Amino acid sequence: MASLATESHPEVGTSSRMEGAVGELHRAIPQADRSAPKPPGYAVSPLRLLLALGGVALFAGLAVSLVDQLTAPIIAEQYRLRTEQAVFGVLPGATQLRALHLSANGIAEGAPSVKGEMPLYAAYDPAGKLLGIAIIGSGAGYAGPVQAMFAYRPDCRCITASKVLRSNETPGFGDRLGVDPEFLENFRALDARLNAEGTGLAHPIVAVRHGTKTEPWQIDALAGATISSRALARAADSAANRAIPWIERNIDRLNSP
Amino acid sequence: MSELLNTPERLTPDTFLRGLWQENPVFTMLLGMCPVLAVTGTTLNALAMGLATTFVLVGSSLLVSLLRHWIPKQVRIASYIVIIATFVTLVDYAIQAISLELYAALGAFIQLIVVNCVILGRAEAYASKQRLHTTFVNSLGMGLGFSLALLALGTVREILGQGTLLGVPVLPEGFQPWVIMALPPGGFFVLGSWLLVFNWLGPRRARRDLVASGATIHVR
Repeated sequence: MASLATESHPEVGTSSRMEGAVGELHRAIPQADRSAPKPPGYAVSPLRLLLALGGVALFAGLAVSLVDQLTAPIIAEQYRLRTEQAVFGVLPGATQLRALHLSANGIAEGAPSVKGEMPLYAAYDPAGKLLGIAIIGSGAGYAGPVQAMFAYRPDCRCITASKVLRSNETPGFGDRLGVDPEFLENFRALDARLNAEGTGLAHPIVAVRHGTKTEPWQIDALAGATISSRALARAADSAANRAIPWIERNIDRLNSP
Repeated sequence: MSELLNTPERLTPDTFLRGLWQENPVFTMLLGMCPVLAVTGTTLNALAMGLATTFVLVGSSLLVSLLRHWIPKQVRIASYIVIIATFVTLVDYAIQAISLELYAALGAFIQLIVVNCVILGRAEAYASKQRLHTTFVNSLGMGLGFSLALLALGTVREILGQGTLLGVPVLPEGFQPWVIMALPPGGFFVLGSWLLVFNWLGPRRARRDLVASGATIHVR
C-alpha cells in the first residue's frame, strides 16, 4: 500500500488512504500521530531494537535469578517435608529417616542424584530399630502413570502400606485407590517373599478382579477401577522386584541407623 | 471494547469496573478459556489460578506501561512475551514454595499463563498506550474479573461435583456427587450455563438503562 503514495508527497497519500479505509474511528487520533513524514523504508535503528530487547531480557534474567535464589531453599524444604510425611505415613511409628538410593551397583547413601536411580527410605523407631523401607514404583494407569510409595517390612517379608504419590485417574473411580478402606485392606500384609535364588519375587504381585482374591500376593481390584488397580499392582511389583533383592542382601547394614 | 483507546484515558470508576462486568475477560470477551475450563474443578484451584493470573496481568501491564515510550513497535510483542514470562516464572516459584499440593493440582496451567490472551491483549490494547495509574486500575479490574469468572465456575463445579465448598461439606449427607462436574465436560456445561445467564442479563440491563435515559424501545 505504501508504494501507492507518490515519492514527493508520502504524507498526503497515506492520510487520504487512511481516511477512506478506516474512516470514523481514526478521527479521534491527534493529527501529529499519522502525518509525521517518514522516508521510504523508514526503520528504527537496529541498535535501539537490540537495546530494548537486551534491556528487557536483562531485567527478566535478574528478576528470575533473584526469586530463584530466594525460593530455592523453601522449595527444597517443601519437597523434603512431603517425602518425609509420605514415608512416616506408610510406616507409622517411625521417627527417623535415612535417605538411600539404589543404582546398578546396589544400595548407597543419600538421595538419588542421577536419573534412573531409585530412591529408598529406611525408617527407624525412636530406639533405632528398623521398621521398614519405603520404595517407590509406577505403573501405567487409565490416564497416565500412577506413582506410589510402598512400605516393605523385612520382618514379615511383606508390603504393609501404599500411598499414591501422583496419578491422573478418573475422579470418583480410579482416584479411590488411595482412600477406599476395603481396597487399602489389600496392603495389610501383601506377600513379597523372594524366590529361592533371591533374585526376584517368588510370586508376582498382581491385581485380580474384585472379589476373587485367593492368594496373599494378589490385590483385590476396586470395583469399577480395575485398570487403575492393575497400575498400582504393577507399580508395587516393579518396585519390589527391583529393590527387595538388594534390601535383603544388605539387611545387616540397613538394620542399624 | 466500546471505543478505541488511543488517547490517554481519564481515571474513572469505569476504568476498574469494565473488567468486572462490561468487558469481563471470560463472560464477555471469551478470552483465556483454557485455564477457565481446565483448573476450575475446585474453588481453591480456581481462586489460586485467578490470583496468579491477576498478579501476572498487573505486573506485566505496569512494566509495559512504564516502558511504552522506550520499546520500539517492531519488537514490542517479543518484549511483552518476555516480560509476561518473567512474571509467570516468579508466580511458578512462589506457588511451589507456598504449597506443593496446589502446584501439583494446577500443573502445567501455571506455566501456560504466559499464553493467556487476556494478558497479552491487555498489554497490546491498553498498557502500551496508557499511563501508569490507569493501567494499574484497569488491569487490576480485568484480573479480578477473570478471578471472579473462575470462581463462578469453580464453586458450582465443586458443590455439584463433590458436595463441598473449599473442602467443607455443604450439601446434605445423602447427596450423590455428580462426578461429571469434576471432569472436563462439567467445565463446558457450567461455562455454557453461566454464558446463558450473562447473555440474558446483559441485554436486559442495557435496555433498562436506555429506558431510564428516556429512550423509546420498540419490542419486536
